[in-house]
Amino acid sequence: MVEILEAQGIAVEFSCDQTCCGQPAFNGGFWNDARAMARHTLDVFSMTAGPIVVPSGSCADMIAHRYPELLRDDMEYVSKAKHVAVRTYEFTQFLVDELGLSDAGASCRGRAAYHPSCHGLRGLNLCEQPQTLLAHVDGLEQVELPCAEECCGFGGLFSVTMSAISGAMLERKLDHLIASGADMLVGSDVSCLMHMAGGLQRRGSQIAVKHIAEVLNEHG
Amino acid sequence: MNMANLTFHERVSDALANPAAHQAVGRGARKFTANRAQAVANFPQMDALRDRARLIRARTVSKLDVFLAEFADNVEANGGCVFWAQNAADANDYVVKLAGAGDVRQVVKSKSMVTEEIELNHALEAAGVQVVESDLGEFIIQLAGEKPSHIIAPVLHKTRAQVGELFQEKLNTPYTDDPFALNDIARAHLRDIFLSADMGISGVNFGVAESGTLSLVTNEGNGRFCTTTPRIHVALMGMERLVPTLADLATMLPVLEISATGQGLTVYNNLITGPRRPGEPDGPEELHVVILDNGRSDALATEVAEILYCIRCGACMNICPVYRSIGGHAYGSVYPGPLGSVVTPALMGLDQWHQLPHASTLCGACKDICPVRIDIPRLLLQLRDVSSRADHSPAWLKTGMRIYGTIAQRPGLFRLGMRIGSVATRLLAKKGWLNTLPPPLNGWTDHRAFHALAKKSFRQLWTERKTTEHPL
Repeated sequence: MVEILEAQGIAVEFSCDQTCCGQPAFNGGFWNDARAMARHTLDVFSMTAGPIVVPSGSCADMIAHRYPELLRDDMEYVSKAKHVAVRTYEFTQFLVDELGLSDAGASCRGRAAYHPSCHGLRGLNLCEQPQTLLAHVDGLEQVELPCAEECCGFGGLFSVTMSAISGAMLERKLDHLIASGADMLVGSDVSCLMHMAGGLQRRGSQIAVKHIAEVLNEHG
Repeated sequence: MNMANLTFHERVSDALANPAAHQAVGRGARKFTANRAQAVANFPQMDALRDRARLIRARTVSKLDVFLAEFADNVEANGGCVFWAQNAADANDYVVKLAGAGDVRQVVKSKSMVTEEIELNHALEAAGVQVVESDLGEFIIQLAGEKPSHIIAPVLHKTRAQVGELFQEKLNTPYTDDPFALNDIARAHLRDIFLSADMGISGVNFGVAESGTLSLVTNEGNGRFCTTTPRIHVALMGMERLVPTLADLATMLPVLEISATGQGLTVYNNLITGPRRPGEPDGPEELHVVILDNGRSDALATEVAEILYCIRCGACMNICPVYRSIGGHAYGSVYPGPLGSVVTPALMGLDQWHQLPHASTLCGACKDICPVRIDIPRLLLQLRDVSSRADHSPAWLKTGMRIYGTIAQRPGLFRLGMRIGSVATRLLAKKGWLNTLPPPLNGWTDHRAFHALAKKSFRQLWTERKTTEHPL
């Protein structure tokens, strides 16, 4: 992601003080723990200026949409949250909507199925941006993923605490992926990809799993 | 099988071990969702109508006391009786006493989720009254001794072959799996009961405050039979199921009907305003409207009050990938799916139902499809917050999250934790993958392998790059 942004002439900074945005705690119902992590994250990002680019739709959605709500009773941090929220973009959203990019100059061989992760799709309205970028990757064939918009079953802690349901949803998603004829699964949310990659590994599948930034940074 | 005695996880295991039901539910739910999408595509005003429907529901719920009083006054002015039931027992007692006073031996019912909620059939049967469900789906459920698994399609979990076998066994009819033939069998069986029943019981889709009218929609015509042929008609409604005016009803009905089944217009749209009047040829002699609270007033005072906007269309369960996987029975409540995961704990308490708000990946499909735009994922999150504060979470999770949260506020510790994780997972992994993790993390490896963490984290790579390329 850094290399792609730099290729667009963007200077990238990364604060090593940043940790986790707190989404696992927020989604698990541990809002006090989530608030503590949110405040830390806001403190770190409030020291910076410029757009904040996040390589995960669900983390971007957490910062952009959930922080202001989570901290609504905290006068000091709610305003920090609002300032940070408007600076926050998911990676492909930033490339396409903010930079006006459609061709990242990548080339990559393969048949790719794109999985639109739910928080990106429904929380950030991420739909055309990643598809546009992938469509311009030289040599890459996009195949349609049946029932693409149905959740893969990851769901954060859900994958551990409700693992049987999560597993059933995963199997259905992988059936669709295999039926699509793809040899590569591309997504913009690492956690969903980790879940699906783990399922593919169990099946002994050869389908490669890649974050969209990896595909957009290939030049081979 | 007594579902109530099983834990949520046991019910889920049972559901996942039943592939026939699993497939029937998935197929049926997808078909409903596809039909709805087709109907919405043919009805460009739908989005605007949904906005308006939400405003109507919001206004109704925010002034519920006012509209309830107006509605009750008008029902009575039309010649009906109103009974305010605080809870299930109040409602059941009232109907049982009514049956006793009217010398009622047989009751015929049209589909009503509120009567499922309060288990009215049990109460009537315990008092020696025979109850017959007349909605085809409910009729099948009653024969099978089960509970509905969907609020619109009670037998979504059954295949037509299973229905054929059930009819053969219980009604002594020759086996068939032809839906039309099955329908004819049920129709022949029910016809005499409609004519001989002393009391008809129905639900209410909407009560209209300004006129005291009851709106009832059905596709089979059985509802109209139940409310006109027997001497006594008892209609039970949740206290939030109101609209202020008939004009509002004209907005709500298409929104409900398209969302529920994808029909532009349900086959039978009934408007009932009072019992039979002098000189009218048909209709019941008595009309009783039971308005049920049963936790709704309490829910109104909570952060999840928005769930009272729900018009019970079932679209959220049809699209829900969790519902499609486990079906309705696994939820253990008469209200399954995303709606049920909010409304069940809201009405009946989190102590017994704290698992339900967690039975969601928060994918948001329910929010997108809800006709009155209820933000169901937000309500699930609110309930999770309340639930964790009430100490319903497993101890390992609560402690684990506290530790994780503490570490995440200290970047040095966070880096150290990631290094330890990296070394440990790489040490234990075979070819980069871990196939088993210790409890409680075995939930992950029960269904998928876990990839070892990278040798160098992004922040390590970043630091190295900074020191070599751009020395500080």
